[in-house]
Amino acid sequence: MKDKIAEKLLLFVALSAIMSLALITFFIFQQGIPLIFKAGLGNFLSLKWAPTRGGFGILSMVIGSLMVTVGALAVGIPFGLAAAIFLAEFSSKTIQKTLKPIIELLAGIPSVVYGFIGIVILVPFIRVTFGGPGFSVLAASIILGIMILPTIVSISYDALLAVPNTYREGSYAVGATKWQTIVLLLLPAARSGIVAGIILGMGRAIGETMAVIMIAGNALKIPGSIFDSVRTLTSTIALELGYAAGDHRGALFACGSILFLIIIVLNIVAIRITSRK
Amino acid sequence: MAKISIKRLNLYYDNFHALKDISLDVESSEILAVIGPSNSGKSSLLRAMNRLYEIDLGRITGDIRLDNETIFKLPINVLRRRIGIIFATPVVLPGSIRKNISYGPRLHRKLSKSDVDELVERALKSANLWDEVKERLAESASFLSGGQQQRLCIARTLAMRPEVIMMDEPCSGLDPISTAKIEATMLELKEEYTFILVTNNTKQAARVSDRTAFFYLGELIEIGSTQRLFTSPVDRRTDDYIRGKFG
Repeated sequence: MKDKIAEKLLLFVALSAIMSLALITFFIFQQGIPLIFKAGLGNFLSLKWAPTRGGFGILSMVIGSLMVTVGALAVGIPFGLAAAIFLAEFSSKTIQKTLKPIIELLAGIPSVVYGFIGIVILVPFIRVTFGGPGFSVLAASIILGIMILPTIVSISYDALLAVPNTYREGSYAVGATKWQTIVLLLLPAARSGIVAGIILGMGRAIGETMAVIMIAGNALKIPGSIFDSVRTLTSTIALELGYAAGDHRGALFACGSILFLIIIVLNIVAIRITSRK
Repeated sequence: MAKISIKRLNLYYDNFHALKDISLDVESSEILAVIGPSNSGKSSLLRAMNRLYEIDLGRITGDIRLDNETIFKLPINVLRRRIGIIFATPVVLPGSIRKNISYGPRLHRKLSKSDVDELVERALKSANLWDEVKERLAESASFLSGGQQQRLCIARTLAMRPEVIMMDEPCSGLDPISTAKIEATMLELKEEYTFILVTNNTKQAARVSDRTAFFYLGELIEIGSTQRLFTSPVDRRTDDYIRGKFG
């Protein structure tokens, strides 16, 4: 009898988690999709964003999001992979046990703190060194690149550790150096885990809002260079939702729907890759 | 002159004294069997000879000479190309059969596609595996049976053109037929290579080896022609071991 009650209770809790996800999904699309039809796909995918005067073009923001994400990956992948390789292959157990939690701690720092560090240190540095406003694609890329490090490092590290030790011995036994073993054998063997880590990091970079608002400049145009300011889908939603009404509000939910789709696709791809063996 | 000459070799892992003052010679084109119970230092001996002990952070004193040249001054990749090793559990690398064999040689020199074809065929033929896998060289090697995987590892080692091949209980997980195939391969190849065979199976040592060394607790107790060692061992511990009294 008690078992039955516990079972039902757990089922209810589990279902309510799933239900809230379903409701959020439904709500975002229900609020956003009608606007896309009303404005028309041509308008929606144009450059002109003036939602109070009938311009609902999100193109510059989509491009902004993509640029910042690619930039974050350009920073995060080399550093993250290098850190994972160092931890998994070159460091002692003690170093691993000390460094890995520290890297994972990066994920626990609130994004507003990252944004703050960006404003105080990075933005002035870029302004002085490269000119321009400082609030830029570059600044956002660097900060986001650091923010996605824990994801990339810890998943890639686990993937490298999961490669059986016999592979390493087999490789050394035919005269491979440590470096050859890593590049030719371990990285390919750990590839699926590493790619999954990168994709999850990418999802984080696309979805990040606060830090980006603070350091990207948020100008509504397609950036001409990485030193120009940029505006992403997430920043637009966060900046404008407070005062938006009517179609404007619908347009922001449409942005949300697009983001939602991108993240879902990335996650599905990541799950596919990790479960493939 | 001996192919390999080991002089007063000691190997330590932390506080564990794995090999104690070992001196022995391995002659060219012979099969030397190394027998002994577990923990006797047989595998440590192999790991010393191709310096795999360095990965495990072991320390060594004494000397090992290959063609009268100390192995501790050879570049590690040259040493491991000249002295190949086969492990107890077949180490199949991810990827196709073809890739498994070309992995080693590719590390050391550039190879064209036809070079690889030739190399793969020759290595697989020498390892008596060619007929079984020639139709599926591009397939993943992990689908081979245990015995086939072990012969693939032998082929991979042969593809390096080593001078010495060390085998660490190569048949411990295999059925009698696979074991027989591997033993036949060794006997066929022994003119060209020097074999050091670590085995738990004294009968296998008696079947294939020319000389046998008996190790016990890190010490070399006795070494001599296989015939002599198995029929009239000098040391009582050797006698006990080959009679199956311990180990």
